[in-house]
Amino acid sequence: MDATSDGTPRPDAPTTVVGRASPHESAHLHVTGAAAYIDDLPEPAGTLQVVPGWCRTAARGRILRLDLDRVRAAPGVVAVLTAADVPAVNDCSPSVGGDPVLAVNEVRYHGQPIFAVAAETRAAARRAARLAVIEVEEEKPAVTVADALDRGTDVLPPYAFAKGDADAAIAAAPHLLHDGFMIGGQEHFYLETQIALAVPGDGDVVRIFASTQHPTEVSHVAARVLGLPEAAVPCECRRMGGGFGGKESQATQWAVIAALVAGVTGRPAKIRLDRDDDMMMTGKRHDFRVDWSAGFDDSGRLAGVEVDFFARCGHSADLSQGVVDRTMFHADNAYDYPAARIASRRLMTDTVSATAYRGFGGPQGMVFAERMMDAIAIRLGIDPLDVRRANFYPDHAAAAHGVTPYGQVVDDGILAALVDRLETTSDYRARAAAIDAFNRSSPVLKKGIALTPVKFGISFTLAHLNQAGALVHVYSDGSVSVNHGGTEMGQGLMTKVAQVVAEAFGLPLATVRVTATATDKVPNTAPTAASSGSDLNGWAALRAAETIRGRLAETAARLLGGEVDAVRFADARVWSAGRSLSFADVAREAHRARLSLSSTGFYATPGITWDRDAAHGRPFFYFAYGASCSEVVIDTFTGETRVTRVDILHDAGRSLNPAIDIGQIEGGFVQGMGWLTAEELVWDDHGRLLTHAPSTYKIPTAHDVPEDFRVALWEGEARVETIHRSKAVGEPPFMLAISVHSAILRALASLAPGRLPALDVPATPEAILKAVKALRHPEGSP
Amino acid sequence: MRRSIRYLSQGRVIEVADFDPTTTLLDHLRLDRRRTGTKEGCNEGDCGACTVALGRLVDGRLVYEPVTACIRLLGTVDGCEVVTVEDLAEGGRLHPIQRALVDLHGSQCGFCTPGIVMSLFTLYATPGPVDREAVIDRLSGNLCRCTGYRPIVAAALEACAARPGQLPDDLFAAAAAETRLALAALDDGEEVFIGDEGRFFAAPRRFDTLGGILAACPDATLVAGATDVGLWINKAGRDLPRLVHLGRLDGLDRVEERGDEIVLGAAVTLEEAGRVLGRLDPDIALLFRRIAGVQVRASGTIGGNIANGSPIGDTPPLLIALGASIELVRPGHVRRLPLEDFFIAYGRQDRAHDEILTRIFVPRPRANHALRVFKIAKRHDQDISAVLGALRLALDDTIIAEARLAFGGMAGTPKRADGAEAALVGASIADPASWRPALDALRADFTPLSDLRASADYRTEAAVGLLGKALVEIAGTPTTRTRVVGAREEASHGRDL
Repeated sequence: MDATSDGTPRPDAPTTVVGRASPHESAHLHVTGAAAYIDDLPEPAGTLQVVPGWCRTAARGRILRLDLDRVRAAPGVVAVLTAADVPAVNDCSPSVGGDPVLAVNEVRYHGQPIFAVAAETRAAARRAARLAVIEVEEEKPAVTVADALDRGTDVLPPYAFAKGDADAAIAAAPHLLHDGFMIGGQEHFYLETQIALAVPGDGDVVRIFASTQHPTEVSHVAARVLGLPEAAVPCECRRMGGGFGGKESQATQWAVIAALVAGVTGRPAKIRLDRDDDMMMTGKRHDFRVDWSAGFDDSGRLAGVEVDFFARCGHSADLSQGVVDRTMFHADNAYDYPAARIASRRLMTDTVSATAYRGFGGPQGMVFAERMMDAIAIRLGIDPLDVRRANFYPDHAAAAHGVTPYGQVVDDGILAALVDRLETTSDYRARAAAIDAFNRSSPVLKKGIALTPVKFGISFTLAHLNQAGALVHVYSDGSVSVNHGGTEMGQGLMTKVAQVVAEAFGLPLATVRVTATATDKVPNTAPTAASSGSDLNGWAALRAAETIRGRLAETAARLLGGEVDAVRFADARVWSAGRSLSFADVAREAHRARLSLSSTGFYATPGITWDRDAAHGRPFFYFAYGASCSEVVIDTFTGETRVTRVDILHDAGRSLNPAIDIGQIEGGFVQGMGWLTAEELVWDDHGRLLTHAPSTYKIPTAHDVPEDFRVALWEGEARVETIHRSKAVGEPPFMLAISVHSAILRALASLAPGRLPALDVPATPEAILKAVKALRHPEGSP
Repeated sequence: MRRSIRYLSQGRVIEVADFDPTTTLLDHLRLDRRRTGTKEGCNEGDCGACTVALGRLVDGRLVYEPVTACIRLLGTVDGCEVVTVEDLAEGGRLHPIQRALVDLHGSQCGFCTPGIVMSLFTLYATPGPVDREAVIDRLSGNLCRCTGYRPIVAAALEACAARPGQLPDDLFAAAAAETRLALAALDDGEEVFIGDEGRFFAAPRRFDTLGGILAACPDATLVAGATDVGLWINKAGRDLPRLVHLGRLDGLDRVEERGDEIVLGAAVTLEEAGRVLGRLDPDIALLFRRIAGVQVRASGTIGGNIANGSPIGDTPPLLIALGASIELVRPGHVRRLPLEDFFIAYGRQDRAHDEILTRIFVPRPRANHALRVFKIAKRHDQDISAVLGALRLALDDTIIAEARLAFGGMAGTPKRADGAEAALVGASIADPASWRPALDALRADFTPLSDLRASADYRTEAAVGLLGKALVEIAGTPTTRTRVVGAREEASHGRDL
């Protein structure tokens, strides 16, 4: 049992709150409509509604005339702000600059805000914003990767790393492949569009309520723009209606515009983007052209790999350094390249700045690696899984470990074992054989199956972001509140951190309240990104709780006798010397004894090093792993496709909350599937995004999710000391969806064995039908 | 004449006398009534976050349907019960749909959740069996970006399976008798007019009232379900000062099932039209299931889908293939014309400003007819067609005696493939070689556009693929071997929902 004969909990008892499939802390509020998002907060009297104004025609060019007289004269309008109203620095960049809050002199992309209208109602502001007269000396914009390469402009310098002599290794290999393909971007489509409410306070204070993954950056940038100390512009966020990276750096501009209006007018100001404006004005996942070469032997074992990533970054750097670095870090996915040269360009186009999106560039790198595996298998006529297996990094127990192209030893591998298990549970081999037989007898429909792995590095590659703070209060009635730097966007971070704190105090989860993230409670926080939320903030909160627990233990030992070190917390009671008091009684006694029941906690990820100039180090604390097996059927007459079965086995370490982790896995997979098969961003030649609403940009619906969808957690634990030995789970499952693309490729390949289908991302019906035609009627054939 | 609208909310009558004609139900709920549980996600009826349920009496039965409040005009909820997410829980006790969503982890960020709760509430409220397909259909107009839907579908199935005798067991079922009385009391037969001559919302019941309004205000905007007009307001920023709602006109929502044809009133909703026409053929049922989401089908009308004149409306190609005709009425004048003649060119239809599309006459397919309907889009559910093909062959034994091949997305209007039709007549369904001239002719029949949905090349190739597929199927290949979705042999789409 978990207790000794006198009832004292054992020190090694299993956790009771951590590891349970508790519902999301806000689930009751979600389903009753009571969960307040920023637009639902009661507005202070006099709140102004703000709408951005922009040039509806041009994507790029010098602003010749900006006439806002009719906007100012429109009914209900209180203020119209331009860059001239910015008190200090007109830049909201998260990195090296180049992102004006409101455009000055030139338009750099279609939809770029040039002015902001503040009116008594949102309808009045929207109507007024259309009345601006803006003349732009239009230049032909660079829209595509090809346009940017022609123009030769980059937002940041090229970057590369290498392992061995890839060129020589490829040249000496028995087989050689060259290929190039395109990877499309992706709109985040968080259901809650960008929004912020800024409320003037004492003196120069402006308090910002923002839907942001990075309250500290909102505060930091608002301070820079307004010319105020950060302490005067606190930012608060209770929850977002989805983020997915789209509110990491690009929530800031809107929050700053609201703060600017509040600062200038002295009135509270709210900005909420209309969906179409949001889709035009905010960045998306980077799209890429990828050119690669590989040399390999008869078994598919690689000798060397060369790959060039051309990323379309938009008009400014934003987070493109880190994003494209992560593409490069994941260009190996799960595979041990004996020699590799991995290079990248960050291309400037006259489009909205591409930004963070779940996986942060990693998915694009992995799509390349998996396409290469499929290409090798098709060339050799062997099963792609055998090629994958031939190239895996050895598992952790192996005699020797692999080393990534950037110098990190992969010493925590589990994929060989995990893939073995999934291969069996998914019945991969028998199904692959049945599919081959089906395809031989089916002229219209073709099926495909693929089993692909994921290895995803966990840590911010910008090392200083790997830190977190927390603030825990125990009240004298025994209730607990926890605050930390992480933000809740639906991923269940608040639930997990509350579980960690409840576990530390031996309390039921409901006793622990989570509170809105606020920079005046916990400052200098990292963005909630890179899947790091629970890793970082869970530890910080635990340390804060442990500090208080130590004081409560002293109190309990004083009251009950026994050693402080032997005091146990369980079932809302505190045990010492075989006797117990309720947690609330101990808290009250500690307070009476004048002990602090409030503590901060701090955590910095240990053991990570990364020297970008030397292109060498250990950027990742550990890797998260997983694999998926997808089966698809395609229609060779129309290009339509359907995913018919998916099996997933994913490594969340020792899960803090299996229900939440499975939710991340399923949701990430479906979002990835959307990116790879249906979600298509279309710009016209003038640089205007044509797919700027859900009527034209199609994210998956319930119909697209296979009925046969089997998701399991790998039973294991992190090999490094993560919080309760769990592993990060926000991003890695997104890339499990690559098996869908590979399965489509395999279905296509059945049409012309030995030939690599030309299939870009996304594999829309049109892309699939084009590939079918190319395979059935190769150039030069009738 | 009534100068206010009235609707039922939580058992009370809410009367609104003074509102702008373009006011949406969503803004009324969120801004005027501060009921913020209902969310705005897209403001164009596509994401479903603003879904609310409308309760109405249909043949004396109390029926709840989901609608997207963002594009539903406030004036059009006159006489309905409006149920929002705040109304479902009783005290601290969650509605069974809410309970199941919590227990099965059906929410993550929670922003889509109120809309999903309301869509599923309408499913729960509808007596009868609920299977996975019914759940997915009911969710086709609700986007969730977080969960991947699996737990939401599971929660819906669990909550509906627990209904005693497949009947709803909640607050609303308990109050159904009172609600029916209250709704009946609201139905006073009055015409509604809010505002003045310069700016008004009117909902006439009699055609002569309508004629009078249109004579006085020739520029008034006619609106039925507002599923397109709502976008003009919300997205195009158009001011529509004079709105005439056609949904209350006497008899305009009537369905007549005659021996050789079905007659649909123009204000019959797409959902109802799908129920009726879907019985003719499983492909028709599936097509209607794929038009928008349930919310939009419950508001949008068959007449609106035609009169709107879109080249990518989904019902016109089907109705043309079936040989449908329409009736247009103006004061003192009634005329009837084949539907295909209604569409003159892109943006132009054969309708005078004071003519109202009143009825659609749909001939039932005959025994020797073979029908196939295919919709191609980037996404299966709730997407606008890249290409829609509705193909009806009349067979004389194995010889094709007549072909009506109607396509959407291939021209500026819904249009028949004249060349391919001519080439098919006399061909044998048993001889694939005889199909070739028609497949080749089809390429010459259209010069489609490239746009964000598809390129011209793809449209042409897909259209040819659809004709080929129809021929292969009619020649006898099981559709389980020709379709990734919607096999006719599984035929569950044709059932009465």
